[in-house]
Amino acid sequence: MAFRMPIFVVIMKDPLQHLSDLKLGEKAIIDSFTDSVMALKLLEMGCTPGELVQLDRIAPMGDPIAITVSGYLLSLRKEEASTILVSPVK
Amino acid sequence: MAQSNSTLHLVNQPKIKVALVGNPNSGKSTLFNALTGLNQKTGNFPGVTVDKKVGYIKYDSGTIAECVDLPGTYSLYPKSMDEQVAFEVLCNPDNENHPDITIVVADASNLKRNLFLVSQIIDLKIPVILALNMMDMVEKDGDIIDTIRLSEKLGVKVIGISARSKEGVEALKEAILQPIPVPQYDFIDIKKIAPELIEKVKSVVKVNSDFAAFQIINNLQELSYFDHNRDKKIKIEDALNTFIIDKNQLQQKESVERYKVINRIVEECIAHTSAIKTETFTHKLDTLLTHRIWGYVIFLMVLFFIFQAIFFLAAYPMDWIEALFVSISEFTANAMPPGELNNLVVNGIIAGLSGVVIFIPQIALLFTFIAILEDTGYMARVSFIMDKMLRKFGLNGRSVIPLISGVACAVPAIMSARTISNWKERIITIMVTPLMSCSARLPVYTLLISLVIPEDEKLGFFNYQGMILMGLYLVGFLAAIMAALVMKWILKAREKSYFIMELPVYRTPQWRNVGITIFEKVKIFLWDAGKIIVAISVILWYLSSHAPGNRLADIDKKYEGHVIWKDMGEEVVNAKIASEKLEASYAGILGKSIEPAIAPLGFDWKIGISLVTSFAAREVFVGTMATIYSVGDTDNTQSIQDKMRAEINPATGLPKFTIAVGFSLLLFYAFAMQCMSTLAIVYRETKNIKWPLIQFFYMSALAYLASLLVYQLLK
Repeated sequence: MAFRMPIFVVIMKDPLQHLSDLKLGEKAIIDSFTDSVMALKLLEMGCTPGELVQLDRIAPMGDPIAITVSGYLLSLRKEEASTILVSPVK
Repeated sequence: MAQSNSTLHLVNQPKIKVALVGNPNSGKSTLFNALTGLNQKTGNFPGVTVDKKVGYIKYDSGTIAECVDLPGTYSLYPKSMDEQVAFEVLCNPDNENHPDITIVVADASNLKRNLFLVSQIIDLKIPVILALNMMDMVEKDGDIIDTIRLSEKLGVKVIGISARSKEGVEALKEAILQPIPVPQYDFIDIKKIAPELIEKVKSVVKVNSDFAAFQIINNLQELSYFDHNRDKKIKIEDALNTFIIDKNQLQQKESVERYKVINRIVEECIAHTSAIKTETFTHKLDTLLTHRIWGYVIFLMVLFFIFQAIFFLAAYPMDWIEALFVSISEFTANAMPPGELNNLVVNGIIAGLSGVVIFIPQIALLFTFIAILEDTGYMARVSFIMDKMLRKFGLNGRSVIPLISGVACAVPAIMSARTISNWKERIITIMVTPLMSCSARLPVYTLLISLVIPEDEKLGFFNYQGMILMGLYLVGFLAAIMAALVMKWILKAREKSYFIMELPVYRTPQWRNVGITIFEKVKIFLWDAGKIIVAISVILWYLSSHAPGNRLADIDKKYEGHVIWKDMGEEVVNAKIASEKLEASYAGILGKSIEPAIAPLGFDWKIGISLVTSFAAREVFVGTMATIYSVGDTDNTQSIQDKMRAEINPATGLPKFTIAVGFSLLLFYAFAMQCMSTLAIVYRETKNIKWPLIQFFYMSALAYLASLLVYQLLK
């Protein structure tokens, strides 16, 4: 039997960011959540892993923010947004 | 013979029960109004403070379908009271409101997220029709939805509608009458997620679907069904303990699975063309309305406009209503035989009714504006720009409207707090709004300020009198904010406070909706709060016009035929009689008996009587003072002031109404809960007697302490 050398392929992923760290207009793909209770609420609102989001607007006092996701505009507080881990898209 | 048969048929026609469910902002209310018109009534879901809107869909054939409008929800997870209601009604076939047919309303221009709820309902295996709303928006966006394909993929009937223009509504009405089968297939294979547990639940409880069993697993504690089926609950709890499960992970898995299928379906059923989307308009308008300067300027202008309208515009119809009731009173007084019953009807009941009806213009105006703000989507932006500031005080962005409206009148303001979905934030808003100085306090303020503060004294440009007035409004606002802060710490949150909120696309207001909303709100106020207000009015009337024994008759005798009094003129004599009678009445006795308690505040029994009668409404203070000081014409504030200024304090020999007394009384009126209409509406909105009671006591305590402090410091 031929001996096959296992080939390890390492995929370098961009480090994940918190959604709250995005800059205005930046796009990103949702990866995962850090708060499981908040996650349920976010999931039902269309923030699912793999979904594309874009930071659309920031409120005058810096909080809350508004993102486009699943075809509509969703506003959430920065502390809520920080529970969503995303990978930025160039 | 045939005719009587068909009448019999009509009378025995079983009502089809329909439930309307859907996301907030999906146009569900517009559809509800289009289907039921004014044939709606608002009731109560048992055990929760959620309004139950029920309407009747009438058909030409005479058939009637009963339609319940369930609260808007994004999913069937019962995280809030609103969601709990939808959850219980749809998941439990034995629930009294469980429908024969469910209509899910989905915003077609926002299909992905809307399909989440649709998918859950499909998996419940109950008869359902999907009403795809806002098809006109989809067309404007240049998208095309293949409703036939969508129907095939979902396994349910799909009807495209535009609730605003009533397009498709007739087709929907007809569809309700057809036999609707349960959905053909499962949306997702829920069994895969928790196979053993679902089997176990199905063996213990009769359920119609795997998903219903799944819901039971995850929400065992929330389901009221198990309150009466403890043995079944225990069996399921045991099973849950055997299989170590993380409910949260199960539900997350379910959500992710659903969206996988949703994304596939959406891709296959929607075709996009490259037309300009309406979102660009929304985006541009948002830049202005959420601008860090212009956003607030515009908002302040809107608030100012609303406030002016309630203050000034409402005054005209309020005057007509007052005049109307005066005529009704006079007519009734003359038409009925004189005596006790006449007195009760005219001065107790009709006076009480006028006190209720007079609120209608303010309620109608406020809700017109609020409905417009909500319908257009602007209200969500208000929340967006005000959230950070108000959060610190336990309030919500939407609390601003009730607070500002409270400066005109707390009654409609408290009714408008309904737009706040979080229970704790709503209760806090309701509890502190009456601290905002309402328009009824203004006559009291002006009387007292001009009594104790000289008119021409100024500080630079600013008139002292004006400054004190402004100061009172400011004090009210600060007290409201502080009280909110205290309550934020004391009250336990019943549900997690999320801000996560959709910012809907801007739309023109739906005038029909606005009209129906106003009609419903006025109806609620008149019926629910009105009963209480009239009852308390009658009680207060009785207290101030009746006295123990023959006291009142004795007073009449005293003035009969007295030579001296004839010279003074009938008006003066009548005023004196009225004053003495009030003093001798039960209200007078009450006023005198509380004198020791209010003496440290600088008040005497005359003020005491006014405090008692003011419980009805603050502005009654002026009228009562007029009566006590024997001023015949209660509108003549000048003569009231003159009399009050002339009053001497027997203990000191100096004027009774000093600055200390004046300020003490002003602060008392700023903080005290002296408005039965407010208490009545708080009871109605919270559906619990404890909240108006707490409000009454905390505000009275605040008023007492503030008055005490000020009087003792300034005297």
